[in-house]
Amino acid sequence: MSSSDMGLPLVRSGIELVPALEEGAAPQTGKDFTSDQEVRWCPGCGDYAVLKAVQGFLPDLALRRENIVFVSGIGCSSRFPYYLETYGMHSIHGRAPAIATGIATCREDLSVWVVTGDGDALSIGGNHLIHALRRNVNLTILLFNNRIYGLTKGQYSPTSETGKVTKSTPMGSLDHPFNPVSLALGAEATFVARTIDSDRKHLTAVLSAAAEHRGASLVEIYQNCPIFNDGAFDEVKSPTTREEAIIPLVHGEPIRFGAAGARGLIRDTASGGVKVVEVGDAPDQVSPDDLLVHDAYNPDATTAFGISRLTDAGRLHQAPIGIFRQVSRPTYDDQARDQILQATAGVEGSSSERLAALIGGGDTWTVA
Amino acid sequence: MSKQVRRLERVIIRFAGDSGDGMQLTGDRFTQESAAFGNDLSTLPNFPAEIRAPQGTLPGVSSFQVHFADHDILTPGDAPDVLVAMNPAALRANLADLPKGATIVVDTHDFTTRNLAKADYSDNPLEDDRLAEYAVHALDLTGMTVEAVKEFGLSRKDAARAKNMFALGLLSWLYGRPTESTIAFLQKRFAKVPDIRDANVAAYRAGWNFGETTESFAVSYEIKPAPMPSGRYRNITGNLALAYGLITGGVRSGLQLFLGSYPITPASDILHELSKHKAFGVTTFQAEDEIAGIGAAIGASFSGSLGVTTTSGPGIALKSESIGLAVMTELPLLVVDVQRGGPSTGLPTKTEQADLLQAMFGRNGEAPLPIVAPRSPGDCFDTALEAVRIAVTYRTPVMLLSDGNLANGSEPWRIPELTELPEIDPAFATAPNHLVSGTSEDDKPEFWPYLRNEETLARPWAIPGTPGLEHRIGGLEKSDGNGNISYEPANHDFMVRTRAAKVEGIADSLAPLEVDDPHGLSKVLVLGWGSTYGPIGAAVRRVRAAGYQVAQVHLRHLNPFPRDLGEVLRRYDKILIPEMNLGQLALLVRARYLVDAVGYNHVRGLPLKAAELAEAIGNLVADAEGIRHDEVDLAGTSSGGHDR
Repeated sequence: MSSSDMGLPLVRSGIELVPALEEGAAPQTGKDFTSDQEVRWCPGCGDYAVLKAVQGFLPDLALRRENIVFVSGIGCSSRFPYYLETYGMHSIHGRAPAIATGIATCREDLSVWVVTGDGDALSIGGNHLIHALRRNVNLTILLFNNRIYGLTKGQYSPTSETGKVTKSTPMGSLDHPFNPVSLALGAEATFVARTIDSDRKHLTAVLSAAAEHRGASLVEIYQNCPIFNDGAFDEVKSPTTREEAIIPLVHGEPIRFGAAGARGLIRDTASGGVKVVEVGDAPDQVSPDDLLVHDAYNPDATTAFGISRLTDAGRLHQAPIGIFRQVSRPTYDDQARDQILQATAGVEGSSSERLAALIGGGDTWTVA
Repeated sequence: MSKQVRRLERVIIRFAGDSGDGMQLTGDRFTQESAAFGNDLSTLPNFPAEIRAPQGTLPGVSSFQVHFADHDILTPGDAPDVLVAMNPAALRANLADLPKGATIVVDTHDFTTRNLAKADYSDNPLEDDRLAEYAVHALDLTGMTVEAVKEFGLSRKDAARAKNMFALGLLSWLYGRPTESTIAFLQKRFAKVPDIRDANVAAYRAGWNFGETTESFAVSYEIKPAPMPSGRYRNITGNLALAYGLITGGVRSGLQLFLGSYPITPASDILHELSKHKAFGVTTFQAEDEIAGIGAAIGASFSGSLGVTTTSGPGIALKSESIGLAVMTELPLLVVDVQRGGPSTGLPTKTEQADLLQAMFGRNGEAPLPIVAPRSPGDCFDTALEAVRIAVTYRTPVMLLSDGNLANGSEPWRIPELTELPEIDPAFATAPNHLVSGTSEDDKPEFWPYLRNEETLARPWAIPGTPGLEHRIGGLEKSDGNGNISYEPANHDFMVRTRAAKVEGIADSLAPLEVDDPHGLSKVLVLGWGSTYGPIGAAVRRVRAAGYQVAQVHLRHLNPFPRDLGEVLRRYDKILIPEMNLGQLALLVRARYLVDAVGYNHVRGLPLKAAELAEAIGNLVADAEGIRHDEVDLAGTSSGGHDR
């Protein structure tokens, strides 16, 4: 393993500067994070499951509730902050990563979360997303991907499969879709994961790792819209198909899936990417020992990108799920604060004295 | 033989050359020398948007005009008394602005067939009588510079680059400028390249000595220091004063300053300046675009910093939706618009004040915000501080409208004592503010994010990290008081009116207008805002010097207007509103006060010319007094034209 010896425990945690509950304080529960607002998503919406999971998981962090901030943009999922008893801002379309960047840069003592959707993050706000990721601002970004515009009632989104028939595309959509994980890896995000709304255990584990990560964490959550795109993720959710559809990514484990682990991944020397093979002893099969072992800590994102390409761009029958990449790189906000510390180190005098010296500097003259 | 020294009250010099000739630096140094000498002064840099337009061409001409005097002056001047032209294009581009009798110092070195052709001259204007109306000093400045610096062994090209310092030395001699600050400046600036440093100092001294010894100049001039209120002064540009005002706002409020910005002419210098001052806890974030710049600033304000974004008109257009969010969430925020010529990309390096209506109305919905505008480079400091006061006190975005003329222009600025400046109290919310009564025994105090201060109508500013005040804000309409999402018709109507009333209520905190009407007999009022203060003031002086009555009011607050503006306007028969737009303040004033204000409008990318404006004022005075326009003589009196 090239990089597992970099030793993640030595890496700073995403929430290490956020005040924790006092020792001996009553443990928090999901109820402590539930606001008095009535939740108004459609019945059966995948957002309910994610909200429950987040409310259930936040107490595990044992942070002071007032030091948590959720920022969202516009879209169904962006109502999320209203339902959480933390600080929050439901902002404008696509801009949540920019707003969250300001918050995270000013306040090291806050755990800052962004809730966004496929339209919000990848269409109108695409620019802010990639820049927050490349800067590696200490944020946890939950990207609810339902592959459709819900709040505007059913137009295709930047993750919809080509040919999608919607109100705005009666003859089928023409756009090639974004793969959010590939996009994030291309932007050199330091933490990139994918999970599923209905798999609470996996969702919680990924959220936990994302919150612990110091830097920008992007978590794509496959989320069903029962009204405008019902069943979009059935293959990865249904007990009868998911075993064949999900390629599970576990750091340090060979990447193997399907009934009895009949399939797995190897490097594809022809394309430079990664491909699916049959596992076994037959001549056209690959030995389990030769399968690709998942290395989320690899500083080079190439293999993670290759794995991300195994996601169906069209109707979803196959998708890698898990943490694609988890590497350490200095964060924008830590470095911005460090520069201020450097600049203030050793300066003498009160801020008022120094201000008087500043504005009274340069070439001056006195009129009696 | 010592030369004759003649005394002048004021002089306007324009340094002009190719954009690579260092004319901005030359003008800036002459300005600093004049400031140190104690003259009052006003400057007008004028340069192309291209970093290096094709060499020697008309579009590539860059100039710097400085007006300095032994008395209080208000403008960089309409027309130069002296033109320093470093090449044929600089001569041609500026000649039309010169009055007859003006002095031209011209570097003959580049008057070659090729360079003359680039300036559209078919033959050499120095060799016939085309310039007979001017006092022309045709000198080989480049040649003399190369000769003066040859001991330093520079290439010919590098040697010739010091010609701007030769020209500066010559003009410094001609007007008796002190030389120490420029020599110290050159020694510091080129400290790492000793041969360049020494060559520039030598060229500067050679220029001075040439003036003293040549017979080309028979006289030199003296312009006495101007009387100014006592105090310590420095010369300052608008962008620098604005940056200092923002830092001061941070210190006086105890808030950390956070600037989210995207580079744009002519605002970028504020980003550059603030980036130097991290020792004051200033964070500068160069964002991926204009929207991210303001977005991050809004986030900063939500988290308890003082969020600022700086831009020009095109950037404001991009930020509009975000400004609306700040209006809705009622967070303190400063939005600085250093206006430039528009629409669209327009004239990036030229000045204009055509963003007033964009500032006022450029958002969806009823989205009022306070607007302030500085009147001079130094006033950018006070106006920035005033913007911080309003933003923090009233929990609102504030728009500050500077412009390219203020941004790059400079004037002597009396350095304020900090004790003279207002203190600003962020007054963060620290405890719940509402008791839900009559429910049951488990009544507990709650935090209501939209429960307002009765006097200011400001909502509480509760920042993350404050226990018990967890709350959610956003762009959706909120219920009065508790801040829950509300689509209730009566609530929306109430909230729209309340946001408007909050902004309107800022007028209660404003001092009465200063009406400049010396005898109280004027029938005509000239009303202005922003950088037109200088030309308006100079034009008003001209009209008064000719014996006529005219009043002047200059607005710092464009929204809300001061409470007494309507009453002041009604005192006058005629109101003239000069603007570098097609009548934006005039539109607001006419709509608001139903007065028949008339406009005086130029959108040339340059400051208004005081002489032309004086004519327009004179005509209006004539109308008001019932005399014929041609009977008004603005030049006839002895003290007329005191300040062009």
